[in-house]
This record gives sequence, C-alpha cells and structure tokens, in this order.
Amino acid sequence: MTFNAAALLLLIAGLALIGWIAGRARSNLLAARAQAKLHSRPQYHGWYVALWLFAPAALFLAVWSAVSPGLITNDVLASEAAKDLPAFGFERGAILSDARNVAQGKQDAVRIPAAAPLVAPYADATHLYAWIGIGAMLALALAGGLYAFTRIKPDFRARTRVEKIVMLVLLLASLVAILTTFGIVLSLLFESIRFFRLVSPAELLFGTNWAPTSGAPQDDTFGGIPLFWGTILIGAIIAMIVAIPIGMMTAVYLTQYAAPRVRRWVKPLLEILAGVPTVVYGYFAALTVAPALREFAVMLGIPNASTESALAAGIVMGVMIIPFVSSMADDSINAVPQAMRDGSLALGATPNETIRQVLIPAALPGVMGGILLAVSRAIGETMIVVMAAGLSANMTANPFASVTTVTAQIVKLLTGDQEFDSAKTLAAFALGLVLFVVTLLLNIVALRIVKKYREAYE
Amino acid sequence: MTQDDLTISDPKMTAHNVNVFYGEKQAINDVSIDVGTELVTAFIGPSGCGKSTFLRSLNRMNDTVAGAKVTGHIALDGEDIYAPSMDVVQLRARVGMVFQKPNPFPKSIYDNVAYGPRIHGLAPNKSDLDGIVEKALMRAGLWDEVKDRLGESGTALSGGQQQRLCIARAIAVDPEVILMDEPCSALDPIATAKIEELIHELRGKFAIVIVTHNMQQAARVSQRTAFFHLGTLVEYGKTTDIFTNPKQERTKDYITGRYG
Ligand SMILES: Nc1ncnc2c1ncn2[C@@H]1O[C@H](COP(=O)(O)OP(=O)(O)OP(=O)(O)O)[C@@H](O)[C@H]1O
Ligand SMILES: [Mg+2]
Repeated sequence: MTFNAAALLLLIAGLALIGWIAGRARSNLLAARAQAKLHSRPQYHGWYVALWLFAPAALFLAVWSAVSPGLITNDVLASEAAKDLPAFGFERGAILSDARNVAQGKQDAVRIPAAAPLVAPYADATHLYAWIGIGAMLALALAGGLYAFTRIKPDFRARTRVEKIVMLVLLLASLVAILTTFGIVLSLLFESIRFFRLVSPAELLFGTNWAPTSGAPQDDTFGGIPLFWGTILIGAIIAMIVAIPIGMMTAVYLTQYAAPRVRRWVKPLLEILAGVPTVVYGYFAALTVAPALREFAVMLGIPNASTESALAAGIVMGVMIIPFVSSMADDSINAVPQAMRDGSLALGATPNETIRQVLIPAALPGVMGGILLAVSRAIGETMIVVMAAGLSANMTANPFASVTTVTAQIVKLLTGDQEFDSAKTLAAFALGLVLFVVTLLLNIVALRIVKKYREAYE
Repeated sequence: MTQDDLTISDPKMTAHNVNVFYGEKQAINDVSIDVGTELVTAFIGPSGCGKSTFLRSLNRMNDTVAGAKVTGHIALDGEDIYAPSMDVVQLRARVGMVFQKPNPFPKSIYDNVAYGPRIHGLAPNKSDLDGIVEKALMRAGLWDEVKDRLGESGTALSGGQQQRLCIARAIAVDPEVILMDEPCSALDPIATAKIEELIHELRGKFAIVIVTHNMQQAARVSQRTAFFHLGTLVEYGKTTDIFTNPKQERTKDYITGRYG
C-alpha cells in the first residue's frame, strides 16, 4: 500500500460530489418540511457541503505528500538495519533510494547489496504512513462534510458562506506564487552561503580572474569582475545603444505621427517581436549576425575578432528589447497631457520641436523607468549570450572580442557532470544571487520612478 | 471714431461664412465676424455651442484634431490663414492662445516664458532673452511674485499664477492677437480679478478674443460680444448693447439666465 496522491484526490473529489448532492437534497427537504423559504438556493448548500468536504482534506493531502517521505526515511534510519550505513555523502543517498524504489515497487531488486536489509523497514514504514495519511484524510473529509451538513437549515446563509470560502481559495492561489518566489530566494541564499564558506564574497565581487574549471580553490579563481563587465557591456551598453534610440523613435512615430491605421498594424507587430522565443534570437545572433560582424571586423583590420562577439549578442539583444522600450516610452508619452502639446503648438512650435522640447522631457522620468526595466531584463537574458557571446572571461572593451556574462557562466557551471557540493557548482548559485539582487534593485528603482511620474500627471 | 463704435474700420481678423466640421458633424454653421485691433471681443453662449471650436479655427489649432475641417474664409490682416502659402507655425506665433486649464510646461518659470522666443529665434543673446522674459512677466503682472525664483518649476505655482505664466508665455512671442478660452474657469475670484485687470492692461496692445461663461466677466472686460447658439452666431455687437438691449429673443433669454 503506497500513498497515491492523485488517486486520493479523485476519491475526495468523488466524496465532494456526493456531499454536493446530499447538501442540496437536504436543504430542499428541510425547506419543504418546515414550509419555509430557503435563504440561499439549494446549489449553494450543496457547494457549501462539498467545499467543506474537499478543501481541508485536499490541503492535508498536499501537506502530507510533502512531509511523509521525510517521515518514512526518518523511521528507516532509526531502525536496526540502518546502523551499518555509511555516514554521509552520495553513497548513503544512493543506498537509501535504492531500497526505497524496491520497497515501493518501482524496481524489482536492489542494485546495491547494502540496500537489501533496508527494503523491509522501508516497506513497513511506507505502509504505516500511507495508512495514517489516508485515515487522517478521510477523517478530515468526513468531519468537514458532516459539520457542513448539520448546519444546513432553511435560513442558513450558504450563499454568503460559499462566497467567503471561494475568496479564501483565491487568496491561497495567489499565495502560491508569492511563497514559491520566497522559497526560490531562500534556496538561492542557502546555497550561496555554502559557497561563501568556501570562497570569500570579496573574491567573487572584486576578483578579476575567472577560472572555475580547475576544481580546487586557488588564488582568485572565482573573480567575478570579468563576468560583470561582460554582462554590463552586452546588456547595459551595447543592447541599450541599439534599443533606446530605436525604441524611442518608434514610440514617437507611433504616438505623434502615425495614422491610426498604421498604429493598428505596427503595435501588434512589435508585440509579436516581443513574443519570439529568445532561443530564436540566439541562433539568429550566432549564425547570422556574428559571422557577418566578424567579416566586417576583419575587413577593418581589427585584431582578435572572434566569431563569438559581444557586439553580435548585444545588438540582437537590443533588437529583442526594442518592443519593451518602445511600449514603455509609448505609454509615458501618451500620459503627457494633450494640453502640454497644445500649449507648445499654440506658441508656434513645430510638431518636431514640441516632441523634442516638451513631450520627451515631460515623459523622461517614465521613459527612464522603462529603460531601467529593460536593462534588468537584458542582464538576466541567457539564451542569446550563451549562443552568441561566448564563454571566455575576457576583460575587454573591444566589442568584436568574445566576452562572457553572468548568465552564460551559470549555464556553463550547471551543465554536464556536476557534483552538487563543489565550489564550482555552488558558484552558480552565488552568481544567481548577485544577479537576482541587482535586477531586484533595478526593478524597485524603476517602478518607483514610473509610479512617481504617473502621480505627477494624475 | 471712438473705440466703442460698432463699425470696425480696421479689423485685425475677419471671418466670412465659416463652417467647421468634426467628421460628418457640423459644429460651426456659416459664421461671419470681424475682430477689432484694439478691442476685447467676448464669445458667449451655452455649453457645446461651438465657441471653442470657432476660437480654435482662428489660429488653426483645429488642424491638430483628426477629422476637423474648416471651410469659408478667415483672414489675418487681410491674408487668408487657410491659404496653402500660409505658414501655420508663423500664424500661431502671431495669434497666440491661452487655454482653459493652465498648462505650463514642466520646466522652470524662466524656460516656460523663454520657450516661444527661443524656438522663433527672437533673442540673439542671453541678455536679450532675459529682457524679453522680464518684460513678458511684467506685462502679465507676475514679475514681482516670481522674480526671485525664476529657476523654480512652473508647475509649482498656484493655479492663478500658472495662468498668468501662460499669458506671459503667450505674449513673450509678441503676438498680434491673443485668444483666451475660458481663462478664468479654473481660478478663484481673486485670481480671476487679477486676470481681468491684466486683460484691461493688455487691451490696445493686442487684439484679444475671450471665451467666457461668466456674463459679468464678459460685460466687464469686453467691448464687443458675440452670442453663439447651436453652432451659429446669433448676435454680435457692442457689449453694452448686447447686455442692455439685445435684439434677439434668444440672446435675451441667455443673458437673463433663462437657459444655458
Ligand atoms: N474633437 C472633437 N471631435 C468631435 N466633435 C467635437 C470635438 N470638439 C468639439 N466637438 C463638438 O463640437 C461642438 C462644439 O464644441 P465646442 O467645444 O466648440 O463647444 P463650446 O462652446 O466651447 O462648449 P463649452 O462652453 O462647453 O466649452 C460640440 O457639439 C462638441 O461635441
Ligand atoms: Mg469650450
């Protein structure tokens, strides 16, 4: 007997259906008997019973699925048979999972001999906890259902109660996203702390030599500066040089000059550009833009021009960000009151002068916020740089040379055969944390600016 | 000839048989009117009758409204302002406009006033520009209040000060005509009185056209009054005549407050 969450969920859903029918029937019956009018329609009584039956049991099911494996393992470790296990590390984990797989019928026989004596305790513990779980769940479902069932009376306000329960369910759903983010941040933090026990934060933040492949920590192996520089060069400099002017000009054209018909076509097209998967941009950068740029560089006689270049990645990333910048700028320019524009035109300014001297300065705070958001997106972007920017950690301002970025290195550190507690692997988490903190700060600042700007015109 | 003579021998602007359409809809129907050089002309009439529309056709601000179309003949100093050869930018420098809601640019007080002179290249150097800004602010009666804080943002002024700043901004380019669309409707009585005083002082230097919903204001500041109703010009004449002895029944009803 194992604990099959999906089947159990179906079971309580079935019970809930029965509860719904019963609740409905009972409310009708009671109303008929007492010759009274129901406060809520019979369905609501049905829903009330069904929700009380389903929700607590389902919640318990979720919690139990999460904690019971831990409880089972604890029980097994406490048994006599576990005395001979190796103390730590992968071997111990492998033996335990081998025994678990056999006990739960996922595999026919043990692959590691040392796991054999553990199979029986595992099977016992699994049974035990499965029964406890199922029993508790059914008890909860029945208790909830009975509680709701006994409360049905003609004047019971099932409709308002259901409303409250539904609100609670919606609240829980929204909490899922928040809690998940929180969990991710915590795990990032936790792994980073493990990394910083091996390598000092100062080295990561200020070191200038990035060479994590060598394994054992040595002088300045995890110096992050080359990665940070590469990230800034591609995401904050080259991409923005492309995206800001083009995005701004697009926005100005669309808001000030384009006929409504043109606008109706161009805006959705730009949104499609924003929806292209980044991997497509990535191979466009790697296969089309990068070789062309290299030829161009060779023609100019630029030394060490590489097929993987900061310029190729940066330009394509800039193109990717254009819709983002233009739609933010579009919003900000549109938010500048028409009166401002009229005031300038009435003084005899041309539309162009009006845009340059009144609209853009007035829209600037909003546009700045949009640009910061765009930067934070660009530095978190991965596919393009992995495919087009290269992996060699160079500290160079030559845009034709190959550089690497934080995201590209994270990918490199985590792909291939990895041990999960080497400094090299943990470095990925530390880099992720740095990236997370930077983009978070950028987002906070940007949103503040945008908000303040919006308030100025409301 | 006195200033209050009805015949305008030397009109600044003339409009003949003007129609204005927004798409299919006609907002102004066959309006003819002369605007005197040294006079303040008031446009009155119930809401939606087309006062703003007609006013905006005098400096071609209707061009900025998609679908707006003007027919008929409007001239400034005898020159057709809707002729293809007319430079709209130049026209708007000669026919300035003040809006209902104060709309200073989010720039400093100084830059607000200097905006027009700068784009039209009226000041060859900084000290000339300073002079123009000071003179415009003086004429708008705002100089004493802001002379120590010209660098502060124009949007930080009070509503009445902002409106006077907008007037200063309009007169800084030295226009010949100033159009004002309900310039006091967003202001309190004291600020309103200041603007009215200002209109008195500006009269004679510029031709002024003012749209207002306030009968007393029209009576106080203008020498000519035009009463619009449903897109047509019902009656136009000396302000004193319109208010004491209207010829049309509709005008009488309106100024005595029987509808509006
Ligand atoms: N941009 C526009 N597009 C379409 N119709 C318009 C537009 N502006 C004004 N109108 C219409 O033209 C008519 C005249 O409007 P206008 O704004 O000139 O009236 P008004 O006399 O200034 O009114 P108020 O005293 O309320 O300011 C109204 O019926 C209005 O609905
Ligand atoms: Mg109006």
